[in-house]
Amino acid sequence: MTHLHGALPPAFRMTGTSSFLDFLAAHDPSLLPGARPLPAGEVTAPHGTTIVALAFDGGVVMAGDRRATAGSMIASRTIEKVFPADEYSAVGIAGTAGLALELVRLFQLELEHYEKIEGSLLSLEGKANRLATMVRGSLGLAMQGLAVVPLFGGYDLDAGVGRIFSFDVTGGRYEERDHHAVGSGSVFARGSLKKLWRPGMAVPDAVRTAVHALVDAADDDSATGGPDTLRRIYPVVATVTAAGYLRVPDEQLAEVCREVDAARGRAEGAGDAP
Amino acid sequence: MTMPFYVSPEQLMKDRADYARKGIARGRSVVVVAYDDGIAFATENPSRALHKISEIYDRIAFAAVGKYNEFENLRVAGVRYADLRGYSYDRSDVTARGLANAYAQTLGTVFTTESKPLEVELVVAEVGDSAEDDQVYRLSYDGSVADERGHVVLGGQAELLAERLEEGWRPGMALAEVVRLAVDVLGTQQDGPVRRLEPTQLEVAVLDRTRPRRAFRRLPSALLTDLLVTDAGEG
Repeated sequence: MTHLHGALPPAFRMTGTSSFLDFLAAHDPSLLPGARPLPAGEVTAPHGTTIVALAFDGGVVMAGDRRATAGSMIASRTIEKVFPADEYSAVGIAGTAGLALELVRLFQLELEHYEKIEGSLLSLEGKANRLATMVRGSLGLAMQGLAVVPLFGGYDLDAGVGRIFSFDVTGGRYEERDHHAVGSGSVFARGSLKKLWRPGMAVPDAVRTAVHALVDAADDDSATGGPDTLRRIYPVVATVTAAGYLRVPDEQLAEVCREVDAARGRAEGAGDAP
Repeated sequence: MTMPFYVSPEQLMKDRADYARKGIARGRSVVVVAYDDGIAFATENPSRALHKISEIYDRIAFAAVGKYNEFENLRVAGVRYADLRGYSYDRSDVTARGLANAYAQTLGTVFTTESKPLEVELVVAEVGDSAEDDQVYRLSYDGSVADERGHVVLGGQAELLAERLEEGWRPGMALAEVVRLAVDVLGTQQDGPVRRLEPTQLEVAVLDRTRPRRAFRRLPSALLTDLLVTDAGEG
């Protein structure tokens, strides 16, 4: 940042790339997460947990709980882990919270930067590949136990369908069919999604299914937080359709959470929940 | 040993300035004009892909005349400047003033130290919460900066067009009114009647202060047709 009071330094006028990451690598690599030297020893940092995504007729729903944990402590009850990557895609993150949030900021910027410089949007696959490259760049951190595992979903403007991509710490990119979950509660969420997902669901069904999966994850995984009706903290749930990224408002989620509670109450034989 | 010719610094700078001015005068003008909900930009540009008006950041836009490769390079540098600043600090810390300064330094350095000046003229505009908070900076090939109010014309016949624009502009006009005015001004000729420009020949964009985050929006030719047709209906 030292040059910014004067003329634009040469890296700013370098030609041939539309990528913000490439520009950072040329101008100031220390701002890239993967390029920083790693100190020895272990770090206990807040950890984000469960993200679920599922496709429905005309888009995808992505949802994340609001808990971050540090060891056995709850580090945050209100953390948000699902974000708009750009107008037509969403990214959710599990893993080391600080690094994951940095990754999301950089990824959002990378997509917007490309859009401004090229005057057009990247394809959905192109966006997923960029994210894979960024995850791969943080492999050194992952090997120290500071892994970040994103889940990416979006509306494919060319094909007119919602698609979901998952990643591993080495930058492997896998397209998922219908639904997927990542994070500590993902095992339970995936089981739930398998039983509840149906082809051709409408938006309200898809939102309810996502909340069901998160509640199932919170039921069996101590690091995943369920809906907190007392404090009115609800999961972050977003839909991505041809109309773009849209976060489901809390009032609507409160209603959905009540329905989900009632359904589970009946299953437990307790009659309708209060 | 031969002695190099002596050229006085005044002559050197004058030659460079003449050279840059000639290059800029060849291009079509850009009109930048404030309206009640933001700032509008218009130019005659038949290309759909090679833009002279672009988005830099949430509330900041860029318009240029002159040599395409040179102002395109500056535009990309501006996007990088803004994105890096917003990433290092916060989105609200990216300002048109900062960007205008960086451009001024760059243009000034090239003008005095390199063999050829940049043949460009730029506008950096930022839309504020109200018309009083709008900022429009005009930058010349030599790095000089002017803080403009209300409206500005860049390029070829800037003086002639600026006169026309001054006559027709008043604060608080609506979008349709300023677009019609801008298109009229762009069609003005030194001698002869006003040329009538079709929507397909125009590149028009706005910084709309009512939009939530990214204020920049291009006006597609369908919308332009509507805005200009109203003109014919009223006239």
